[in-house]
Amino acid sequence: MAKPKEIANKPERLTGGHRLCAGCGAPINVRQVMSVCPGPAVVSVATGCLEVSTTIYPYTAWRDSMIHSAFENASATISGVETAYRALKKQGKVKEDMYFVAFGGDGGTYDIGLQSLSGAVERGHNFVYVCYDNGAYMNTGFQRSSATPCGAWTTTSPVGKEAAGKQQNRKDLTAILAAHDIPYAATASPHNFKDLMNKAEKAFTTPGPAFLNVISPCPRGWRTPGDQTIALAKEAVQSCYWPLYEVENGKYKINYKPKGDKKTPVADWMKKQGRFAHLFKPGNKALLEDIQAYVDRKWEELLKKEECL
Amino acid sequence: MARKAITGNGAIALALKQVEPDVMAAYPITPQTEIAQNYAQFVADGAVKTEYIPVESEHSAMSAAIGSCAAGARTITATSSQGFALMWEMLFIAASLRLPLTMPVITRALSGPINIHCDHSDSMGGRDCGWIQLYGEDGQEGYDNAIQAFRIAEHMDVRLPVMTMIDGFIISGAIGPVETLPDAEVKKFVGDYTALNPLLNVENPVTIGAFDSLGGWYFEHKVAQNRAMENAMKVIEEVGAEYGKLSGRAYSHFKTHQIEDAEIVLVAIGSAAGNVKTMVDTLRAEGKKVGMLKVRTFRPFPYEQIRAALSGAKVIGVMDRSDSYGAQGGPLFTEISAAMFGGDTRPKMFNFIYGLGGRDIFPDDIRGAVETLEQAAAGEQVSQTRHYLNVREG
Repeated sequence: MAKPKEIANKPERLTGGHRLCAGCGAPINVRQVMSVCPGPAVVSVATGCLEVSTTIYPYTAWRDSMIHSAFENASATISGVETAYRALKKQGKVKEDMYFVAFGGDGGTYDIGLQSLSGAVERGHNFVYVCYDNGAYMNTGFQRSSATPCGAWTTTSPVGKEAAGKQQNRKDLTAILAAHDIPYAATASPHNFKDLMNKAEKAFTTPGPAFLNVISPCPRGWRTPGDQTIALAKEAVQSCYWPLYEVENGKYKINYKPKGDKKTPVADWMKKQGRFAHLFKPGNKALLEDIQAYVDRKWEELLKKEECL
Repeated sequence: MARKAITGNGAIALALKQVEPDVMAAYPITPQTEIAQNYAQFVADGAVKTEYIPVESEHSAMSAAIGSCAAGARTITATSSQGFALMWEMLFIAASLRLPLTMPVITRALSGPINIHCDHSDSMGGRDCGWIQLYGEDGQEGYDNAIQAFRIAEHMDVRLPVMTMIDGFIISGAIGPVETLPDAEVKKFVGDYTALNPLLNVENPVTIGAFDSLGGWYFEHKVAQNRAMENAMKVIEEVGAEYGKLSGRAYSHFKTHQIEDAEIVLVAIGSAAGNVKTMVDTLRAEGKKVGMLKVRTFRPFPYEQIRAALSGAKVIGVMDRSDSYGAQGGPLFTEISAAMFGGDTRPKMFNFIYGLGGRDIFPDDIRGAVETLEQAAAGEQVSQTRHYLNVREG
C-alpha cells in the first residue's frame, strides 16, 4: 500500500458536497476504500443513505461511474456491469483495466440483498462488496435489521413494558460470506485506516469476489454525538464487539487482539450510545451479562478459527 | 432462407444466437427454460461471443441485465410467469433508465393456484411497466419479433426495452415450421450497437439511477418516457416494413382478416388468433359477415389505427387470455373499448375470456362467441358484457 500521505494527496473519488449527516461513518469508509482502488471503477450502490445523499439529481458526488437501480440488488447489478466489461474487453471495445465495487448498508446486505450477494459471489464475479454496517435501517428512520445488536432500541425493536429493545443477536454475515469460500473476506473499522485500506487494496487486487464488512457508526441512529464516530468504531473493536479479521483463501487471521484489560467491557461501549440507554436502568443486569457472554463466545470462536483454519 | 421444424422456444433461441448479443442473464422457469438452456449450450460450444450470467433469480436476471446494458453491452434475458412477476420491480427501472434491453416472454399463468400453463396474466399484468410489448401468434412471429425488437429498442427516438411474447407450451413447446434468415442477414439487419453514456467509458464517468425526489425532475422524466413510447409507434412500423423487405414477412401493429365488410369482428392476441382465423373462414363459407383483427403491438397501443380499422363493425368481440379482477373486462377488452369510444360510431362491445391456466379453446367455443355477437347484432338483448369460454359452471 502507498503511504497514507501519498494517498491523502490523491484526488477524492467521493467529493464533498454530498448530503450525508455530519459524523456519518459511511462516507469516511467509502473514501478510505476508494482511495486505494487501483484504477477507474464502476460503483454500484444499494438504495440507502449513501445512495440518496450522494446522487441528488442532477448532482453526483461520484467521480467514478456509479449505478443505483434498487435496494436488494447492488450485487446482481454490479455482476451485470462486470460481465459487460469482460464481454466488451474481449472484443477490444473497452481498453482500460477497470474495477468493480458495490456498497450497501446492513439492511441492503444482511437482509434484503443477501440472495443477490450470495449469487454474485458464488458466480465468481471479479468485484468487491463493501457493507457499511450501521446496525439498522437508518435511512428510513432506525428500524431493526438482522445486523442490529441485541438490546438495541430501534423503532421496530422498541423499548416497552414487554421488551428491552432487540431480542435477538446479530447475523454473522462475515462468516456467511467466508462460508462461500470466496478468495477474500474481512472486517474493518474506519478508526484503523491503515488496516482498512490494506484490506481494500487486497480486495481490489484479488481476482474474484471479495467482501469487506466495515463498521459504520451512525450518530442519528446510535444516538451519539457526531464527533464520536471514530472513537466509537475504535471501542467496538477494542471490546471485541467488532473484531478485525480477514479470511484469505480459507485462512483466518485476526488483525487486532486486545491483550488483558485492553479488551474493554462491551457495556462501556454501549453506555455511550443512546440506543442502549434503557439497558442501564435497574433490572437489566442479566441482559447486559448475556450480551457480554455472547461477545466473548464469538471472540473465543474466532480465536479458535484462527488457530485451526 | 431456410425452413426449419422447430419449437417456438427453439426459434427464439436461434434468433438470439443470430443476433449474438454481448451479454445474456437468465434463470430457468417453465416454459421459458428451453431458451436459457439452448443459449447456455451455444455459449458452451463457442458458437457465440456472448457472456452468460446464470443468475440465482429473475430479480437478479433483470438487475444484472440492467447493469450490463447500462455498462454499454447489448443485453438480453428471457422469462415467464412467476419469474416475470419476480422481476416486476426491475422492469419499471429498466424502462425508466431508458435501457434498450430485449426480452422474450413465454406467457404463462400466474400463481395461485400454481399452474404452469399458458395464459397472459404475466405479460398483461406488466403492461404498464414502460416496456414495448409485441405479441406473436406462432414460432415464426416469435422469431421475427425477437429480431426486430433490437432495432426498435435501440432506435434513438425510442431507447426503451422491448418484450416479445409467445404463448407458453402452445407455441413455445410445439414444433412448427419457421423460415429463418441467414446469420449474416440478421446481423446486418440489427447492425452494431452503440451505447449511450455507458458506465464503462472512463473518459466520461456517469451516474445512472440518481435520486430524483421532491423538487427534482421525476415528473419530466416520466413524460419523456411516454414520448419515447409514442415515438415507438412509428419506429415499430418502419422496422416491420424493412424486415418485410428482407424476409418477405412485413409487420405492422396488427393484422386483419376478412374485416372490410364484416359486421362482427373478433379481436384476438397470441396463438388463439390462428383458431379464430380458421373459424372466421368457416363462418364466411356459411355466408356470415365475420372478420378478425389480431393485435401485435400492445404497448404502445395503436388505438387510432385500430379504431379506424374497426369503425365499420356493428359488434366487436374481444378475446382475452387474462382477466382483470373487478374491471369491466380483460386488458385487451378495456383497451379496444377505450379506442372505440373516441370514434364517431360506437359498436357494441363484448368480452370473451378464455384459456386461463392453459384451458383449451375449441372451434365450437369461438362459434358460440360469434353466436352471442350475432344476437347483439340482431338487436337482441345480451345480458352480460363479459363471457367465459369453456369454463365449468357451478
